[in-house]
Amino acid sequence: MTTTTPLGYAELPGLMALMTGDEKHGPAATSTLDALWVLYDRVLRVSPAGADGQDRDRFLLSKGHGPMAYYAVLAAKGFIDPAVLPSFGAYDSPLGHHPDRLLIPGVEISSGSLGHGLPIAVGTALGLRAQGLTDPAVWVLLGDAEFDEGSNHEAVAFAGAAGLDRLHALVIDNSSATHGWRGGIAARFAAEGWSVETVDGRDHEALYAAYTVEHPGRPRVVVARVESKNS
Amino acid sequence: MDTMRERFIKTASRLLDEDPRLAVVLADISADGFRPAAERHPDRLINVGIREQLLIGAAAGLAFTGMRPIAHTFASFLVERPFEQVKLDLGHQGVGAVLVSAAGSYDWPAGGRTHMAPGDVALLDTLPDWTVHVPGHPDEAEVLLRHAVADGDGKVYLRLSEHRNEQAVGVTPGRFTVVRQGGRGTVVAVGPMLDAVLAATENLDVTVLYAATVRPFDGAALLAATEQNANVVLVEPYLAGTSANEAHEALADRPHRLLALGVPRGEHRQYGSIPEHLAAYGLDAHGLRDRISAFLW
Repeated sequence: MTTTTPLGYAELPGLMALMTGDEKHGPAATSTLDALWVLYDRVLRVSPAGADGQDRDRFLLSKGHGPMAYYAVLAAKGFIDPAVLPSFGAYDSPLGHHPDRLLIPGVEISSGSLGHGLPIAVGTALGLRAQGLTDPAVWVLLGDAEFDEGSNHEAVAFAGAAGLDRLHALVIDNSSATHGWRGGIAARFAAEGWSVETVDGRDHEALYAAYTVEHPGRPRVVVARVESKNS
Repeated sequence: MDTMRERFIKTASRLLDEDPRLAVVLADISADGFRPAAERHPDRLINVGIREQLLIGAAAGLAFTGMRPIAHTFASFLVERPFEQVKLDLGHQGVGAVLVSAAGSYDWPAGGRTHMAPGDVALLDTLPDWTVHVPGHPDEAEVLLRHAVADGDGKVYLRLSEHRNEQAVGVTPGRFTVVRQGGRGTVVAVGPMLDAVLAATENLDVTVLYAATVRPFDGAALLAATEQNANVVLVEPYLAGTSANEAHEALADRPHRLLALGVPRGEHRQYGSIPEHLAAYGLDAHGLRDRISAFLW
């Protein structure tokens, strides 16, 4: 997929640098950068003009912590005016330290509290299927520590059983879960019948290949491993 | 005669046939009753299993795509257990749903505290813009359900109970109904409390208002009823005092007295039956008559 926007991957660090004040979440922000870029640049069928179209793909940032990379990608793709980025976190800014879907066009969910995106994505996939909209893909990004929240496990088990094949989870794994995931995160999805793959979360070609694998009859998860939060 | 819950299953199943925008999400409770509807509408009658966070999250996701979701289970597991999902996935995201509960405050006393949710309406009061219906009869439950489903994308809570009145009131959603008029005070009976209130106030010179919708609270009706005498008694089938603030706000410019009756806050470690619990809470006709009389005379 080609992009018509003038801003590319090389501009993302500069866009992120316009946002300050959430340094606590800095590692959380950069961990998602490559996975988000490849998704928005080459996979998702979304555009500012079609932000409300029923045939659009849906991307739900469940892990709303550290949204600078997300805002930078949305700015590069024309959803956010780059001139707004320096207002990040200010009283009258649309850009909070957690995103709000009612304030930013193209943002599908308001997040911040962990463990809400995947259940909402399940409902979104059900709603599209019930209306015969079998083309749009639903993507949801989680963090490996966010996966601690039990609500995710309710959704993983149900989505596998229901065979929601338009549902895609992207788990950014920077080894930040306090107790870890023995056997890996992908195993939890595989046990419930998902199509799973674990890739290097900095390797754009590997991410693209994992994003575009066919998975008829099953939901799909891509676990993107990046450097440890504490390294 | 059917129960409110049976009427809900029957009506929602029929609405699934009529309205392609409607979806019903279950968490195993009432799944047997909905089985014929599930066979006709497998994509819109969704049972997520015993997963109440997902129940609300999935209902929200359905609303994101333009559908009108109903989510249903016992009140304890619909409002209390996934309360943050109710707050964030529905309210904060800017989408709505119809939440239909069963079992309420005391419907299964032998089941104990785990299946009692007298605080559900008070919890919803901490959130903006919820409509709360508390029908007292299956006919009212049907009217209010149909109204809720047709209510755009609003956030509506429909609280069903095994406890019911003998006769239905011809309710207008959002409005109190004047059932009896008198001069010594006004008793507001909510949903299933009406029969006991009418029995308790027989031969007493009081106005009885009936509320099958408590949010929004029909303050105009309370104002009109209290023009001559602003002594007010609230009788609610959930936590005592839940609507006290609403009544005070409605009467803010009028000197008034208020007695707010309902299910007590303290945990009641007894089993038994609904009538035994109502008597223990002072919400049977005898207990109500004593307390209303002492307050008004």
